Amino acid sequence: MDKRKLVMVGNGMAGVRTIEELLKIAPDLYEITVFGAEPHPNYNRILLSPVLAGEQTLDEIVLNPLAWYDEHGITLHLGRKVVDVDRRRRIVIAEDGTTAAYDRLLLATGSTPFILPVPGKDLEGVMAYRDIEDTHAMIEAARKYRHAVVIGGGLLGLEAANGLLRRGMQVTVVHLHAWLMERQLDETAAKLLQQSLEARGLEFRMGTQTAALIGDRDGGLAGRVKAVRFQDGSEVPADLVVMAAGIRPNTELAEKIGLHCQRGVVVTDTMQTVTDPRIYAVGECAAHRGIAYGLVAPLFEQGKVCATHLAEFGIGRCTGSQVSTKLKVTGIDLFSAGDFMGSADTEEIVMSDPAGGVYKKLVLKDDRLVGACLYGDTVDGAWYFKLLREGRKVADIRDRLMFGESHIGDAGHEGHNRAAAMADSDEVCGCNGMTKGTICKAIKEKGLFTLEDVRRHTKASASCGSCSGLVEQLLMFTAGGDYSATPTKKAMCGCTDRSHDEVRRAIREHRLLTIADVYRFLEWRTPDGCASCRPAVNYYLISTWPKEAQDDPQSRFIDERSHANIQKDGSYSVVPRMWGGETTADELRRIADVVEKYRIPTVKVTGGQRIDLLGVKKEDLVHVWRDLGMPSGHAYAKALRTVKTCVGSEWCRFGTQDSTQMGKDLERALWRMYAPHKVKLAVSGCPRNCAEAGIKDVGVIGVDSGWEIHVGGNGGIKTEVAQFFCKVRTPAEVLEYCGAFLQLYREKGWYLERTVHFIARVGLDYVKRRVLEDHEGRKALWERLQFALDGEPDPWSEFDKARVDTRQFDPLTV
Amino acid sequence: MTTWKAVCRLDDIPVTGARRVVRPEGDPVAVFRNAEDQVFALLDRCPHRGGPLSQGIVFGRSVACPLHNWTIGLDSGCAQAPDEGCTPSFSVKVEAVQVYLDLDELRTVAVDAVKDAA
Repeated sequence: MDKRKLVMVGNGMAGVRTIEELLKIAPDLYEITVFGAEPHPNYNRILLSPVLAGEQTLDEIVLNPLAWYDEHGITLHLGRKVVDVDRRRRIVIAEDGTTAAYDRLLLATGSTPFILPVPGKDLEGVMAYRDIEDTHAMIEAARKYRHAVVIGGGLLGLEAANGLLRRGMQVTVVHLHAWLMERQLDETAAKLLQQSLEARGLEFRMGTQTAALIGDRDGGLAGRVKAVRFQDGSEVPADLVVMAAGIRPNTELAEKIGLHCQRGVVVTDTMQTVTDPRIYAVGECAAHRGIAYGLVAPLFEQGKVCATHLAEFGIGRCTGSQVSTKLKVTGIDLFSAGDFMGSADTEEIVMSDPAGGVYKKLVLKDDRLVGACLYGDTVDGAWYFKLLREGRKVADIRDRLMFGESHIGDAGHEGHNRAAAMADSDEVCGCNGMTKGTICKAIKEKGLFTLEDVRRHTKASASCGSCSGLVEQLLMFTAGGDYSATPTKKAMCGCTDRSHDEVRRAIREHRLLTIADVYRFLEWRTPDGCASCRPAVNYYLISTWPKEAQDDPQSRFIDERSHANIQKDGSYSVVPRMWGGETTADELRRIADVVEKYRIPTVKVTGGQRIDLLGVKKEDLVHVWRDLGMPSGHAYAKALRTVKTCVGSEWCRFGTQDSTQMGKDLERALWRMYAPHKVKLAVSGCPRNCAEAGIKDVGVIGVDSGWEIHVGGNGGIKTEVAQFFCKVRTPAEVLEYCGAFLQLYREKGWYLERTVHFIARVGLDYVKRRVLEDHEGRKALWERLQFALDGEPDPWSEFDKARVDTRQFDPLTV
Repeated sequence: MTTWKAVCRLDDIPVTGARRVVRPEGDPVAVFRNAEDQVFALLDRCPHRGGPLSQGIVFGRSVACPLHNWTIGLDSGCAQAPDEGCTPSFSVKVEAVQVYLDLDELRTVAVDAVKDAA
């Protein structure tokens, strides 16, 4: 079958990004032709400012060299402007007569700079700042001339002004509004910015309207520009005038061929033009839900959606994006996002140190962060932006919010804020041994934009993920705020656009009972998922519908499928359950016998007070379990693992409560409990806390008057101290409160999310409300957990009931 | 002339699962069955650090290694980019629900693959 034909008009960042996304998911579907009006391959327009400032070269900002087009069989027409499209015959026509037929047409014509309609706008030396040619012309002008005027004190104008200043010109910035970057900054931050730019040598005319540009011939009407005249009649000298007063979507071609345009080519949520569904538009030329975006992050999201539609998956949708801004002027740290101005129904937290050049404003609404404006210290920008996009309640961290992420405790997956301070040789990703230098180099050289890109190319944060936040920050620092193109919600994996929450909700609300039902209902891209979504969906099914949804062993990792831990040489380890860490002579004897009989090479006590038999052959596993005759310790599972205890009041001089008994009771009540991730408990008999209850998912500490319960501790990748949750009087209450908390985690946690991250995401207040304040709700949670665990088989002794496929243990022979 | 050796019936392999075929010499061969009942055979060693691929999660035409989650193509034995490396694959024939491997390949292919696991 002949390939279908895709033609793209425009060769900029958003368009080429769309093609890249398309090639990723459907590499062979289309024969692709690209028309670019500029004579260059796709380059990174965002980095023109550093080029102008002399900090980077043009070669360094090329994103896709010509070889890339070759490699993917893309026909590239450079320097050819498309002037018409015959929509009936589906042919694109370029200025020089080149034509190309299409089945699908993608418009990515970008935007054009807005030129003020003032007298003298056509004089020599008056220009916009948009592409490589403009950049060249400005660099050239800076060599010959002295005075520059930049009209427009927005992001682009200031970057242009800074570049020209660095090239040795004397620069005046003219701005209509009372303060700079009014769409990104409040007045206080803008004033600080202005001061700092003035200190560098820029001059400003604020609240000033340009009336005319004056030339050097024919009484000021022709020749090269020599001055700018303002509304009040005053003038400043100018040999170069750069207009940076905004951009307009470039809809010239779209309008000519009859597509509906309204502040951009009007597109649907799938990026198809409303007029002709064969024609798509992405990037700055497109108007999506009334907005034409000018920052790269939302445009890349559009590209992704458009690509899935072109690939005929037809599932992605754009729903609008939050954007953040960062000024690319070296040495000036500025960040803003969301509703940074605030209004009558918002609250503000402000930190202002004008002398120190630091200003921070956080805008909150209903306990959620809705806006941020940072000047001078933007190290937490990415973190604030993340909180803002996630829209989670911040009441529980409100008192520390202003001081940044490091004061919250840089929890494992939550990320860090050390990026800026790190040296190039510092290690970022311990799992894969990636240093900051290597990662930054890859980001620059390979033009990486998203966390996912960095993971694929460098492996950084691809393993345990604890450095994800740090890598996201490196992305920001290396490539500017525009690049933190993480979508507002995180899809479960590449098989779907659905988030964990959406999948959980669909399973609950539509009573989905099998993985196949979920994939069909949510239109999964792959027939049977992948190694990352299948275990998650399997868990969501059995935790939502215990007794009804059937476990799928083939959607579990090998540890759970064979009920033992796989080790690096392919052998397994077995950990029998010892309730509360206690054992007997009889159990120890059986363990010793098994060790001898199966020649198990290593016997070791684990950190959780259990005995680990290491180096068991897979074919021996069934026999080892049978001979042990002890229940499964689930040391392999995302489930309750151990309840660590101290000796408590039974033996200890200081013990106030019988912690061993409490531990045994808890373990017996909770064993076989599957959860989003492993769960560990500990019970100490007094505040000396010999069982180390402070770093467990649930830690119980006996005190004279009863028991303290702590939640969300973690001794793992990043040590987390558990938070005090409540105090109860009786052992029965300990069971009910701990059980209810864990059931909440089971029902609301994301797969592979530890309790600490679960609590960080939903907020401790939420957990308290559900478990402590809502008495009926707590009892119901505890009952649901007991219902789920009731009759749950022990996989080691009830193979059939636990659906253990015993064939796996017997090798075939030839 | 290929001599086909019967190793098991199709039903002996779980859907989206695998079995290990132990041979007189060399590492075992992993025989996979995917959701569409296609059968594939690879040396039971991940090209990365020797993980037993037979113990991985099978999806589409791939298997995820149980040790470090590399994705290996079932048809080619090669790791999905950007990971690099391939593991030898074996010819498979399924006829009347019987699964056959090439006896000659079983005797010769990758019998001396270095045991440098992990």
